[in-house]
Amino acid sequence: MNTTPAPATEPLHAVLAEGPRPARPSAASAALTFGWRALLKVKHVPEQLADVIGIPVIFTLVFTYLFGGALAGSTHAYLQFLLPGTLVMAAVLLTVYSGVNLNTDAATGAFDRFRSLPIWRPAPIVGGLLGDTGRYLLGCSLVVALGLAIGFRPGGGVTGVLAGIGLAVLFGFCLSWLWTTLALILRTPTSVQVIGLVVLFPLTFASNAFVDPRTMPSWVRSVVRANPISHLIDAERGLMQGHTPTTQIVWVLIASAVLLVVFAPATVHLYRRS
Amino acid sequence: MNDARNESALTTNGRQRPDAGLAVEASGLARSFGRTRAVDGVDLSVPNGSVYGLLGPNGAGKTTTTRMLATLLRPDAGTARVLGHDIVREADAVRGRVSLTGQYASLDEDLTGRENLIFIARLLGYRRRRAKERAAQLLEAFGLAEAATRSVRTYSGGMRRRLDIAASLVVTPELLFLDEPSTGLDPRSRNQVWQIVRALAAGGTTVLLTTQYLDEADQLADRIAVIDRGKVIAEGTPVELKDSLGAGVFHLRLRDAGARPSAAQVLARTLEAVPHDEVEPTSLSISAPDPERVVRALDELARAGIELASFSLSQPSLDEVFLALTGHLAEPDTEEEAA
Repeated sequence: MNTTPAPATEPLHAVLAEGPRPARPSAASAALTFGWRALLKVKHVPEQLADVIGIPVIFTLVFTYLFGGALAGSTHAYLQFLLPGTLVMAAVLLTVYSGVNLNTDAATGAFDRFRSLPIWRPAPIVGGLLGDTGRYLLGCSLVVALGLAIGFRPGGGVTGVLAGIGLAVLFGFCLSWLWTTLALILRTPTSVQVIGLVVLFPLTFASNAFVDPRTMPSWVRSVVRANPISHLIDAERGLMQGHTPTTQIVWVLIASAVLLVVFAPATVHLYRRS
Repeated sequence: MNDARNESALTTNGRQRPDAGLAVEASGLARSFGRTRAVDGVDLSVPNGSVYGLLGPNGAGKTTTTRMLATLLRPDAGTARVLGHDIVREADAVRGRVSLTGQYASLDEDLTGRENLIFIARLLGYRRRRAKERAAQLLEAFGLAEAATRSVRTYSGGMRRRLDIAASLVVTPELLFLDEPSTGLDPRSRNQVWQIVRALAAGGTTVLLTTQYLDEADQLADRIAVIDRGKVIAEGTPVELKDSLGAGVFHLRLRDAGARPSAAQVLARTLEAVPHDEVEPTSLSISAPDPERVVRALDELARAGIELASFSLSQPSLDEVFLALTGHLAEPDTEEEAA
């Protein structure tokens, strides 16, 4: 029975006779390690990013070149209006993948491994989302880069654009807790993805991302006005044009805080319980 | 059914104080999922430095027991100490000293084998350079050096299992939980996993492994607990267990199906057991207490003029163990054990 050559017994004994156990990592260090892993996934599976970034990129091109002239008189003028909208679209759609990834970990034995390690318990989730923030940053930058390449000229300059991206990423970070909560309730990664997109698509369309809501029926307009995504897009437009849309920013921050306060504890609770 | 356990010198059932000689001592552990009582009062005493096998069919409660001992699940009732620490009140102390290789690979499919190990090493507190060194060392020892920079997605079942076990050994644990280490592996990979377990045991690590195969428990374990429907139904060394079941099962194939009834008579008389007719009309089997008696039975069959096409003496299968211990076959539950 003992005839199999690999793995060789000698190095096996040597590797098991490892010296003392290192000191436990701090909570921050454990979380950062999970963030590193999330970013490695982008490096190894860039198509994951392409999946989600594809949608806002296509919308930017289609709306600008097909409808732009009709909607705003010229494609150039429409792009100035549209791009902050598709930027927000990219940021919110990317958040769904945080839930998808978490659910994948839960479906495999990875969760068991993490929870049997002597580390800060929420580290896998907090760290994963930190890494995902890097993904959002990358995704948003790609959309802005595309915009700049085809004629988007933000009046707010570098500062305005950076502030806009920062706000979108912050909102994305808070929104992603909604999907991590769902990820710990639903059974499969696909169901997380489907529910995520089913919720986000109508929300993105029932906003001021593509057209000015003035021509909409009044009940639709009230939906659009209540939609936090509309506030975020208004804030983005303001920031990118070099204004400081305080009211809109405050609304975005309130929406972000509510998402965070409700869904972060819910996620951590479900994770501890699972 | 508790005879084997009561005879064993190391049994500590009923004792309340922690015992330095025990890596795991559990009493009355229970856990339900909904209305299913997955684990229904399990007592275990696992000696330090031993390989201990939990043997049972799917759904018997092996995984749930392991998950409770590894602090992943809280028991509904009962207590357990792992390496002297209470699994509920001192869960963190337990986590610092044990490792778990679960039934489902814990690896990140998107990452390379090397990155997976560096990741775990970093989580255990190794600095970046040491983590890389440790990963390289483990990959080498587990025969994965060549596949180190490939994504785990491309790994075979045996490679995954080896990497998963390596991930449990980044820091050599005092106690390793191995949940069905060889399920789904080809014989070669299974042998490799067995070698790893033996090397670990030789190094002094206590191993608690679950398995559905008596053969595997027999090969690796110093002691075995047989679990059925959430309860330990027998406990002892492999030798004790097999003694209580007979040395094995004697299978015969006759040249002539018509001779089966008379062959059964001869066997029943010489082996003092009840022969079972197999589905195949020329075959029958009977549990055999020891090889000498089997030789005598062969002799008797020849004398009675019964011709054999073939025969074999094998270890009892899990089904036969269960038949002997419980009077029913090991029924794989339709329900998956709680993941």
